[in-house]
Amino acid sequence: MSSLPSAPPKPPLWRDTRVLRWAFQILVLAIVAGVIYWLYSNYQTNIAKSSIPTDLRFLDNPTSFTIPGNDLNQSQPVRDAFVQGFYNTLRVAIVGILLTTILGTLVGIARLSKNFMVRLVATSYVELIRNIPLLLLLTFMNLAVVLQTFPRIEDAWLPLDLFVVSNRGIAIPWFEGSGAILLAILATALVVTWLVVKIRGRVSDSTGKPARSLVWGGPTFIVLMIGGWVLLGYDWVLPFVDDRATSGGLRLDPSFFALLVTLVVYTSAHVAEIVRGSIQAVAKGQGEAADAIALSGGQKMRLVILPQAFRIAMPALGNQYLNLIKNSSLGATISYFELTQIAQITVGNGSPAVPAFTLTLLVYLMISLVTSVIVNIANRRLALVER
Amino acid sequence: MTWMRRNLFRTVGDSLLTIVFGALALYVLWGLAQFVFVTGRWEIIQVNLKILLVGRFPEELLWLVTGSVMALAFWIAAAATSSLTTKETRPSLGIRIWHAVQRFGLLAATGLLLIALAGDVASVIIGGLILTSIVMGQLVGLLRRKIAALRTISSWIWHLLLAAAPLAMISATLLQASVDLWEGFLINFYIAIISIVLSFPLGVLLALGRRSALPIVRLISTSYIELIRGAPLFVLLLLAGVALEFFVPSTLAPDKIFRAVTVFTLFTAAYIAEIVRGGLQSIPRGQTEAGKALGLSTTKITSLVTLPQALRNVIPAQIGQFISLFKDTTLAGVALNVLDLLNVGTAITKQEDYLGQGLIYEALAFVALLFWVGSYVMSRESQRIEKRLGVGQR
Repeated sequence: MSSLPSAPPKPPLWRDTRVLRWAFQILVLAIVAGVIYWLYSNYQTNIAKSSIPTDLRFLDNPTSFTIPGNDLNQSQPVRDAFVQGFYNTLRVAIVGILLTTILGTLVGIARLSKNFMVRLVATSYVELIRNIPLLLLLTFMNLAVVLQTFPRIEDAWLPLDLFVVSNRGIAIPWFEGSGAILLAILATALVVTWLVVKIRGRVSDSTGKPARSLVWGGPTFIVLMIGGWVLLGYDWVLPFVDDRATSGGLRLDPSFFALLVTLVVYTSAHVAEIVRGSIQAVAKGQGEAADAIALSGGQKMRLVILPQAFRIAMPALGNQYLNLIKNSSLGATISYFELTQIAQITVGNGSPAVPAFTLTLLVYLMISLVTSVIVNIANRRLALVER
Repeated sequence: MTWMRRNLFRTVGDSLLTIVFGALALYVLWGLAQFVFVTGRWEIIQVNLKILLVGRFPEELLWLVTGSVMALAFWIAAAATSSLTTKETRPSLGIRIWHAVQRFGLLAATGLLLIALAGDVASVIIGGLILTSIVMGQLVGLLRRKIAALRTISSWIWHLLLAAAPLAMISATLLQASVDLWEGFLINFYIAIISIVLSFPLGVLLALGRRSALPIVRLISTSYIELIRGAPLFVLLLLAGVALEFFVPSTLAPDKIFRAVTVFTLFTAAYIAEIVRGGLQSIPRGQTEAGKALGLSTTKITSLVTLPQALRNVIPAQIGQFISLFKDTTLAGVALNVLDLLNVGTAITKQEDYLGQGLIYEALAFVALLFWVGSYVMSRESQRIEKRLGVGQR
């Protein structure tokens, strides 16, 4: 009977990897816990000394400040001010993300244009904006452009008689009627347009005729929007100057305008680089194949290159959207009443700083999480299914 | 002519685009030239140049700042020329000069502009000293390449020796001049440098933690990184501004700069961790497997095989992170009332002599120029390194 190799002798405790791994993890955990405990105990002793509250009860105190352009009154609780700040953050973020995507894509494509002049302008734009601090751009937009260069309301600029530009803000033509009706019409139009495009896709699939989604869907959307508007008896309202104020239209606060423009300009320069990189990353054969089946330049871009480029760009683009949302906190430096500004004011008015700012951070974290979930879903839907 | 036809006027639409964009470019250039040479009143910058650059830094200690800049210039020049790995073919002298102009022309022009604005002998001397230290650095680097005895010194020790000078100078400056006196461009620059140096080891540790096979370590690192990355830097700075003193013993009263450096370090570490993680993921599995086949321990595989390659591959991304940190230092100005370049820039327009004259364009243009030159030169260098490393091309 041949001797079976006996089990190797058990290593001593200090050389057993399993033991070592756990020992190391416990050590790390102990260090981290120790640091947190140290910070926490410092916090406790210091707070006890200064008798500052550490809970969220300050949310029920009266705000004792007002938000311009908002009917929040001073006796309402701080909580309401935070909610309003949250809305204002979302407002600038959503509009900003939409505009950034459009501008960034255009500049990104222009960076790769065959036309030297277009390329030059786009490249200068990107290289100029990307290498300047965002806060500097924002300060410039606010102090130099809006507050110093825009005229006083008495001699406001009236480009095309459609807009009113003054240092009290920008007014643009807007729909009459409430936002809810606008949303309802918009939603109907979107759904119907989506259906039309779907049907065109089916027709194209079964008959082989070109789908021409844009030719069908675009007019459908516009007709529905205008039709809905006219049927319900509403109208555009042009803004006009009415004795040291603007009436009609939609008035954008100077701070909102400055923040929005800065965020869009800054982020779109970064988005342009991502779009450019993604377009270059699309396999060369794709463009050549598009040429071979005689697609026009626009068709090649729209139908072949861009859909694939956006698949590549999606994760990086999502990061830029998150950056834009987080950067909107700089609105606090120019008195745009978003979340950070509200937190800063309430702290200035005597609310405890640590809970107030922690709450603010948590809200941003939540917005970030929701955004990354959306981006991840989009990413998964766009992702190439490999078999 | 052919070039123009091909690149500007290929079709009717193309020509239209050229005309529209050309007009736009000309308009902007014209406006810019008008502003720089005709309408701009640059006296405000000339008068306040010192405040913009170093704030109220004590006159008698300024040599420390000059010395630090010289040492840094020496170090960078020496490190750039002494690398042994590159064996480029040497192009003709003309082409080499052209390359040098492309690389350093902008920096040199900015230096000259600053000297012209200052318009005194001292600034010329300082400029000369910095230039000398660059040349010295290049000579030292060249010596390493030419002399066999120097070549045997390991890279680590060589670079440590070179870095010793700037580190010593910066520490001396920190010790000699109380940090409260650091203002202007100086503070932007130093907050960025100190924070990046401090955040680097933390970032590498976090990246290793996130890639670790140990669940607890992974969990801690991942939650730290994600928490920090989900938070706006500005709010973190505000929080540090009002609350940092609660988290340290009351004997340590943190000053503004300390707060800023703490936040920037903790914040940047999370981003560096993600960059390094990307680098680690780009290392092919075979490298680890080869290490295992050689019987190396996990620690040795990481420190000798994967990490060095990963760090080398992510140098461009690291520079990118440094640029964004450099730009973000302006946030400390507003959030913590640090008198940084941007804050000084807006403050000088409120001086008695210049109040209400609408000089904000001039002030911000100068501030923008300094940031732009710094960031642009760094990003160009990072592209050069990227090309030389051949990331994505192998």
